[in-house]
Amino acid sequence: MPMKALTGNEAMAEAMRQINPDVVAAYPITPATEVVQLFASFVADGLVDTEFVAVESEHSAMSACIGASAAGGRVITSTSSQGLALMHEVLYIAAALRLPIVICEVNRSLSAPINIHCDHSDTMGSRESGWMHIFAEESQEAYDSIIQAMKIAEHVYLPMMVSTDGFIISHCMQRIDMLRDKEVKDFIGKYKPHHSLLLTDKPYTVGPLDLQDYYFEHKRQQIETMMNAAPVIKKVGREFGEKFGRYYGLFEEYKMRDADNVVIAAGSAAGTAKAAVEEAREKGMKAGLLRIRVMRPFPHKEIANALKDKKIISVLDRSDSMSTMGGPIFVEMKSALYDIKNHLPMCNYIYGLGGREIDVEDIIRVFKRGEVYKEKGIEKKIDFVGLRE
Amino acid sequence: MKKPFEIRWHGRGGQGAKTAALLFGDAAMATGKYIQAFPEYGPERMGAPVQAFNRLSDEPIHIHSGIKKPEVVVVLDETLMKTQPITEGLGKDGILLVNTKSTPGEIKATYGLKDIKVYTVDASGISKETIGKEIPNTPMLGAVIGVTNVLDFDRFMRDVTEKLKIKFRNRPQIVEGNIRSIKRAYEEVA
Repeated sequence: MPMKALTGNEAMAEAMRQINPDVVAAYPITPATEVVQLFASFVADGLVDTEFVAVESEHSAMSACIGASAAGGRVITSTSSQGLALMHEVLYIAAALRLPIVICEVNRSLSAPINIHCDHSDTMGSRESGWMHIFAEESQEAYDSIIQAMKIAEHVYLPMMVSTDGFIISHCMQRIDMLRDKEVKDFIGKYKPHHSLLLTDKPYTVGPLDLQDYYFEHKRQQIETMMNAAPVIKKVGREFGEKFGRYYGLFEEYKMRDADNVVIAAGSAAGTAKAAVEEAREKGMKAGLLRIRVMRPFPHKEIANALKDKKIISVLDRSDSMSTMGGPIFVEMKSALYDIKNHLPMCNYIYGLGGREIDVEDIIRVFKRGEVYKEKGIEKKIDFVGLRE
Repeated sequence: MKKPFEIRWHGRGGQGAKTAALLFGDAAMATGKYIQAFPEYGPERMGAPVQAFNRLSDEPIHIHSGIKKPEVVVVLDETLMKTQPITEGLGKDGILLVNTKSTPGEIKATYGLKDIKVYTVDASGISKETIGKEIPNTPMLGAVIGVTNVLDFDRFMRDVTEKLKIKFRNRPQIVEGNIRSIKRAYEEVA
């Protein structure tokens, strides 16, 4: 397998090149700019057959992607932060029209105040849009997941975004074990859409008015589709592992078997948390990590099952839900655990907003606090890590 | 999970600290290591102090936080020694490698450094003689290996030569100059 030293953005662009989509419509934004820039150079150099549409905004980018996908094309775009926010209106349309578009997303905070660094506010803002979403921990997973996302999306007919942490991953060079172009081509297969606007002998209507009579039934079908997505994501992750040796599930368990003090995290902080688990274990704590990989659909049953005998759960959130109930992962976790028999003590830490650093020591402090909460009960339900107060 | 070997590069915007970290990471990977190479994520201004980082390990690297306790600090521009926290986080056996005409003893005396190992090399001078302009980052790659032995030098040179040949395929004299600069710094670092 060819081995390359690539940044997260380069790895995403390489995955796009190997997928060789029919259409890419994109507008550059920090820290995802390079993804679009590199892909544009692949187009200019004739390395792909893609029609590249340079648009004037992200709203137009997603709109062009919707048109191209409805026409039966294989379609990818890339964005971040304000760009994803500007797409918001059309994200819902892509999902509800069941168009298998892929976004290479780079997680960045939302204004105001203006900030170009990482947090998860941007993709969390789209979590009810009907898109499937994978949080990649690092660039290898991002590369592998984009290839899987194309296949998953085209199988379930829902769009999917794969995100990396801005700068921390997008601009960090690491070793990437790439697949050969042909391996990617064979893995994703040829896309044969159910419908295409270009097949004039099989005409169909896209996006007509749908009022009290059928809107509800169509939404019901969309909900059902999302319910059926998780098994497909699992199957494609397993198939990828069988073929290329790297297996992916809905979430990742690290040292969870005998753990009673568990941290939940998504994105690059989950990698740092693995080192914290090791150190916490050296200090005698039964530490473990459950890393959220698939955020949408949220694998609530499987996660509840993985946590049922644990004694304390600390959820790390790199954004806040502004609901006064903590971060979005914490809110999901509470819903996921409500129906299980025994009550699981769970607390929430908001960290890393606007790119604020989180390191191994920060997470060890979370584990240590977990040891105290295990014995004496939770004192502070929602707290912050790495904040000056 | 072993602590990765960590390097912090100090330079000024435009001197190639980031490029050095990327080149070093790339070359380390070619010798079989898992690597990370990343710049300090701040505004990029010509002449302003900048930092870049490397992690090297024989196993996959999970940690994604900044580097606070490096094994090695490399300084591309000696004037930074006066204003930047150059030795911050360097432990007792920490290595400081400076691009300067001065000797390690002189650097230690001038900046009051104790407990760390100081090495120096005139990377700017070497690059002027071999490449024809001041590009201290390229020879510094050789000096880093010279003082740390963290990579196999012959394998490193094979990989760098190959990469430079692809990058400068129409200008073989540039390849030759770069190669000589790395070799000289590897040998001359003291």
